[in-house]
Amino acid sequence: MHWLIEFILFFILVVTALTALNVRNLLAAVVAMNVFSFMAAIIMVSLGAVDVAFVEAVAGAGVIGVYSVVAIRLTSRKSQD
Amino acid sequence: MSDKPLTEKIPRYCKGTGMMAPTDSPIVHIACRGISPFIFLIGLYVFFHGHYSPGGGFQGGVLMAATILLLRLSLGTGLSQVVMPASITLRLSAVGVLIFAGTGVITMIFGGDFLDYHFLPLPWLDPAYLRYYGILLIEVGVVLTVMTTLIAIYDDLLGY
Repeated sequence: MHWLIEFILFFILVVTALTALNVRNLLAAVVAMNVFSFMAAIIMVSLGAVDVAFVEAVAGAGVIGVYSVVAIRLTSRKSQD
Repeated sequence: MSDKPLTEKIPRYCKGTGMMAPTDSPIVHIACRGISPFIFLIGLYVFFHGHYSPGGGFQGGVLMAATILLLRLSLGTGLSQVVMPASITLRLSAVGVLIFAGTGVITMIFGGDFLDYHFLPLPWLDPAYLRYYGILLIEVGVVLTVMTTLIAIYDDLLGY
């Protein structure tokens, strides 16, 4: 049963990474990256690395999202390429 | 609410600057102001309990910075200057680096290596507790530097 939960987490991880790469709206890409970081943190918890997961959840899913939103507000909402 | 255009809703203190316009909603204001001290308390717990459990200086510092960033996002940069002014963030960060490096240099002065806590000039403590409090002193510097540097990056992105 444990492998099923980890498989679902890895599936969400890959899907959010591909979403963040392909979506045109940069704000949606930031949210997808935050979900990616949170899923990575949960996978690290399930692997036993609680300290690394703490850093990933706090910095990757919290503060980096704020900085990215500010950077989007200073530049452009849509992807140019 | 009134049907004024959005540009007139931006308060006077953020006109002409690059900062985000704070929202008018009292629900967002009260929720963010109410929840931010508790996140700060969790940050303090993570910092002081980092000896025994996952956590430590960096995680606690980022959690404390997140409270200030929450206030910056919800109330706007102008109103949240009361909690943490943008002018002292980089100075507090320098104080944190000074605490970290000063502990190491003090142990060098009293005859040990860099950051060798056994040589801290606190003779009334056992050697085990000397290392305990030495690590706590280092972590205070780390927390101060991480917290204020993250806020300074946010302020610098918005041109403060």
